[in-house]
Amino acid sequence: MELLSGGEMLIRALHDEGVELMFGYPGGAALHIYDAIFNQDKVDHILVRHEQAATHAADGYARATGKPGVVLVTSGPGATNAITGIATAFMDSIPMVVISGQVDSSLIGSDAFQETDMVGVSRPIVKHSFMVQKAEDIPAVVKKAFYIATTGRPGPVVIDVPKDVTDPARKFEYRYPESVKMRSYSVPAKGHTGQIKKAVEILLAAKRPVIYAGGGVIQGNGSELLTRLAQTLGFPITNTLMGLGAYPATDKQFLGMLGMHGTYEANMAMHFSDVVLGIGVRFDDRVTNAVNKFCPGAKILHVDIDPASISKTVAADVPIVGSVTSVLEEMLELIGSADARVDSKSLELWWQQIEGWRAKQCLKVKSAEGETIKPQQAVQSVYKATRGEAYVSSDVGQHQMFAAQYYHFDKPRRWINSGGLGTMGFGFPAAIGVQLAYPDAISVCITGEGSIQMCIQELATCLQYGLPIKIVCLNNQALGMVKQWQDMQYGGRHSHSTYSESLPDFIKLVEAYGHVGMRIEKLSELDSKMEEAFALKDKLVFIDVAVDQAEHVYPMAIKGGSMKDMWLSKTERT
Amino acid sequence: MRHIISILLENEPGALSRVVGLFSQRNYNIESLTVAPTEDHTLSRLTITTIGDDRKIEQITKHLNKLIDVVKLVDLTEGSHIERELMLIKVKATGAQRAEIKRTTDIFRGQIVDVTSTVYSIQLTGTSDKLDSFIAALGNAAVLEVARTGVTGISRGEKVLSL
Repeated sequence: MELLSGGEMLIRALHDEGVELMFGYPGGAALHIYDAIFNQDKVDHILVRHEQAATHAADGYARATGKPGVVLVTSGPGATNAITGIATAFMDSIPMVVISGQVDSSLIGSDAFQETDMVGVSRPIVKHSFMVQKAEDIPAVVKKAFYIATTGRPGPVVIDVPKDVTDPARKFEYRYPESVKMRSYSVPAKGHTGQIKKAVEILLAAKRPVIYAGGGVIQGNGSELLTRLAQTLGFPITNTLMGLGAYPATDKQFLGMLGMHGTYEANMAMHFSDVVLGIGVRFDDRVTNAVNKFCPGAKILHVDIDPASISKTVAADVPIVGSVTSVLEEMLELIGSADARVDSKSLELWWQQIEGWRAKQCLKVKSAEGETIKPQQAVQSVYKATRGEAYVSSDVGQHQMFAAQYYHFDKPRRWINSGGLGTMGFGFPAAIGVQLAYPDAISVCITGEGSIQMCIQELATCLQYGLPIKIVCLNNQALGMVKQWQDMQYGGRHSHSTYSESLPDFIKLVEAYGHVGMRIEKLSELDSKMEEAFALKDKLVFIDVAVDQAEHVYPMAIKGGSMKDMWLSKTERT
Repeated sequence: MRHIISILLENEPGALSRVVGLFSQRNYNIESLTVAPTEDHTLSRLTITTIGDDRKIEQITKHLNKLIDVVKLVDLTEGSHIERELMLIKVKATGAQRAEIKRTTDIFRGQIVDVTSTVYSIQLTGTSDKLDSFIAALGNAAVLEVARTGVTGISRGEKVLSL
């Protein structure tokens, strides 16, 4: 049997786990591990410029591929810098394994240089964590970490590795375990058949049904089955922010996104429905608005792999715990063999009502005067220039909502955004992860001039690895969503949300990093310049689009109301 | 309502902090907590008393079950059960009080386990209510120090919490 050091075992175990790529940043406590990386060529390492970006890039990679993202950072500040990215992955249930260096075992607890209790600091934002006690444990710990991160409801797992454990002078027999068994961790597999039967009966008898599907469908690779179910039943379907792409956005049964900035028709359909089939969703406060006024006439069927998600905020009438694929398969079988058929007469009336809501065209963009570009038009232009085929990552704020509303995702894993934690600075590093996963695909980051400055140092990473990402910056010279709330709820007092006098010249900035910058200021040039930018296939292009500074995102839920209570514009409400 | 949740937990470093952390992180309340290894030294048994409506308790047990280190748990208050708490209480025992405290201790079936000329140290087991009543019966003036273990418990009858 082969003899390896702890550091070598760690990297070999990653390879044996199927890891091709990891993101990281070296430092003292991780140097033995980095030396082990240097001496092999099986696992690639991407050097970022800030550990937060390493976690976001690994996260973007995981969201786009479905494979776990892997991060390597050093102890202390390296570990704490990774925290925001770990929390982001945790909130959106993204599989990730974060390996952090730690000071020597003998120094732990002594306030040693670059010491942080990483297991303690990360505890509330990980699915699980390990502190490696001895080098011999490394293969089993890595195996368990990946198993936990990728199964059930996925999530980030931290492995904290004291430096002495990776000592190159101490070698051990290496064998990677083939399987893992943990008495305290089991993965719910199939849903309860009786419950699924009950759900199907309710669905077939429904008069005003809506399917409400979320990120769980994407994480659980259930998009195809979901699409089949929705089309077999002929039911209207809406996706959450996290679920965009789970059902093809350009299909006629799709009502658009629901929730705080969801479409009029999706929110109205939810409110007036008699049956809601929630799949891979968690009835988040950004969806439900006031929980006590949520879907007053609806029976709630809730499918999720995490029992704790069910009846957390909204009580489910039929709870089903299971993987989306197994439950959807069983539902389709039962529907196929059932004597009952959907109530097509009621369904027809329901669709008529929905078409009435649709006729409002709540997302219709009214052009501004003259050459002013509306941010929505910029997103539409990106959609045209990329033929709807891009992987779109976004940061957080108005641009995120405009991207969600106006870029129509027909496929899962194309929309990469921080929905749960709402992390500004996520989009650009996530786009790096996407581009590395799919070198030939178009990886776009739709961002704002606020968010992009939170991880802009990664322009250097893109130069180093030749990543031709397209950054579309909807530049309104303000923290747009903050400003919008201040307009609507704080009498227009823009407390610390504007900084127009101090914005950098982004064109010069990206040029300094060795990339191409382009500015678009006129509506008449928007599409042609956007095409031009995307035609530069092997270059990173930063497209700085000057957009209407006064624009708000609509529809917008009215706080404390039900789902039918929305602002549709600055002056019109439901 | 008050619930007693008994947990079998992997006896590993950091496992307890995950359980305790979950309670503070999700704004749940811990009234009392006892923990010690079981006859199988790879497992610890925790008993937590907490207060909440059915919905909250359901969330608590679901989230506890999600913790990787939690092997198994039971809400003892769902069925009939035995619960006990142990208290060591030091009281001033002088003058007429001295005999009175001894009598009260006997009534509650406590034991005086340490004696000085002015102080009794009393050991008492029972439900938390009983311990509360004992303290009330003594009157505040006499009490010098109280050490309580928190509740532990098991189900009545055949039902067991084991692997």
